[in-house]
Amino acid sequence: MSLKHDIEFTLNGVKRRATIDITMNALDMLREVIGLTGTKYGCGEGECGACTIQVDGVSLNSCLMFAVDCDGRNVTTIEGLANDGKGDALRDAFVEHGAVQCGFCTPGMMMQADHLLHKHEHPDEACVKRGLEGNLCRCTGYKKIVDAVVACGAAEATP
Amino acid sequence: MTELKHYFAPTSLDQAVERLKDGDVTILAGGTDLTPQSQAGRIKFKHTLMNIRHIPQLSGITLEGREIRIGALATITEIMEHPLIKERLPVLVEACDHFASDQIRNAGTIGGNICNASPAGDMLIPLLVLDACVELASMPEAKIYRHCMPLSTFFVGPGKTRKSLCELVTGVRIPIPEANHVARFYKHGTRPALDISTISIGIAGTLVDGSLSNVRVAFGAVAPTPTRAAQTEQALEGQRLDEATIDKVAAIARDEVKPIDDVRATAWYRKEMIHNITKRILSHVAQA
Ligand SMILES: Cc1cc2nc3c(=O)[nH]c(=O)nc-3n(C[C@H](O)[C@H](O)[C@H](O)COP(=O)(O)OP(=O)(O)OC[C@H]3O[C@@H](n4cnc5c(N)ncnc54)[C@H](O)[C@@H]3O)c2cc1C
Ligand code: FES
Ligand code: FES
Repeated sequence: MSLKHDIEFTLNGVKRRATIDITMNALDMLREVIGLTGTKYGCGEGECGACTIQVDGVSLNSCLMFAVDCDGRNVTTIEGLANDGKGDALRDAFVEHGAVQCGFCTPGMMMQADHLLHKHEHPDEACVKRGLEGNLCRCTGYKKIVDAVVACGAAEATP
Repeated sequence: MTELKHYFAPTSLDQAVERLKDGDVTILAGGTDLTPQSQAGRIKFKHTLMNIRHIPQLSGITLEGREIRIGALATITEIMEHPLIKERLPVLVEACDHFASDQIRNAGTIGGNICNASPAGDMLIPLLVLDACVELASMPEAKIYRHCMPLSTFFVGPGKTRKSLCELVTGVRIPIPEANHVARFYKHGTRPALDISTISIGIAGTLVDGSLSNVRVAFGAVAPTPTRAAQTEQALEGQRLDEATIDKVAAIARDEVKPIDDVRATAWYRKEMIHNITKRILSHVAQA
């Protein structure tokens, strides 16, 4: 039997407890233990960004994180961003610019873009491209995604 | 099956090194190496998985006398954005800038990069040319024992270091370079992001009147460990950086490295790249 451990953390603003396998990664915990399937499994090894979440205010790949390491920390997933005003603006920008095709990369893209917009209020194209380097998209060719994030940052600039 | 029996998340250095006494502990920092390595079965867990995240003594970037101390838990992003590092150790920022992706820079730590001891570890080359020392802590008797080891003697093979199983890396110490110190880092890969170095080069020294002294040269991904290049250093020491010297030194560098063929490049290509990039870096330094 594999070793289990109880953890307690804040998930999308709400305190949660979970009993998890010590060797499990945070992505498997979110999808299979907690049942939040917005965060996607693409590669499982840090290459694609589909599993991007935010922990204590920074973005990271949940497939490269031990689930036990969520203990005591503040975790936000795409489901949390969806309930946030900031998430609305970003989602609208993605829709307007046609930045979603199959949609598989979108949750990871949105989580990373949200982090980027927190760090750089009005990012230009180069800054957005740099920030999204760790996210792969097989459909859009990236241009529309980059346009959407730049537009979202620019819109926030005008009150 | 894993032999894992315990999970432990110490909140002080004392607790951590006490637990390390039996040496049967797998240390977890950011997890960006440990997660994929354990899931692919490339490493086997010891009896205890110890998460070091909550040990305050392992964090922070501080000025201590004539040294800069970077705590083992400092992430690549924290190092890249820290004012002290930007001002005094810009070559480290250069290495951070070419490291993986934003998500991995936000999670990966300098301590993890050092202990993973990859021949292609990107922080290791600039740390070598900056004369960095690794801070180690253990508890041989009842009290913490701390000492420092030059990074240049720390690595013994791919994934292998001189750190004993009972030791924890608590940080890295870097002497503050003098005003006329120059240091350069170059990472060669096939794409800008998320690439493992095909080769990397660090060159540093004191530049006075066009001559380089106290020369340090280190190469990544051309040997079982990141290494200093003694012959190349010697050939450069005290020399004026004119065209003839640069050509000679680049040729010595090419002959000094003994890379292997692998999926990322052939040995021949790596030797050519070492030659060409050494030449390029030295020409830039000469013009600076
Ligand atoms: C997709 C991908 C891309 C990557 N790109 C790069 C890159 O461009 N350049 C590069 O250099 N690396 C790269 N890496 C490797 C990795 O991200 C780095 O080596 C990182 O710095 C590891 O830090 P960590 O905190 O995540 O280490 P962890 O995974 O937590 O630990 C790594 C190893 O060090 C040990 N350890 C960690 N901290 C300590 C300590 N304080 N004392 C003793 N032992 C310790 C652990 O037991 C483990 O064996 C990449 C990894 C992935 C998955
Ligand atoms: S699933 Fe985590 S980066 Fe691809
Ligand atoms: S929209 Fe299909 S992968 Fe990006």
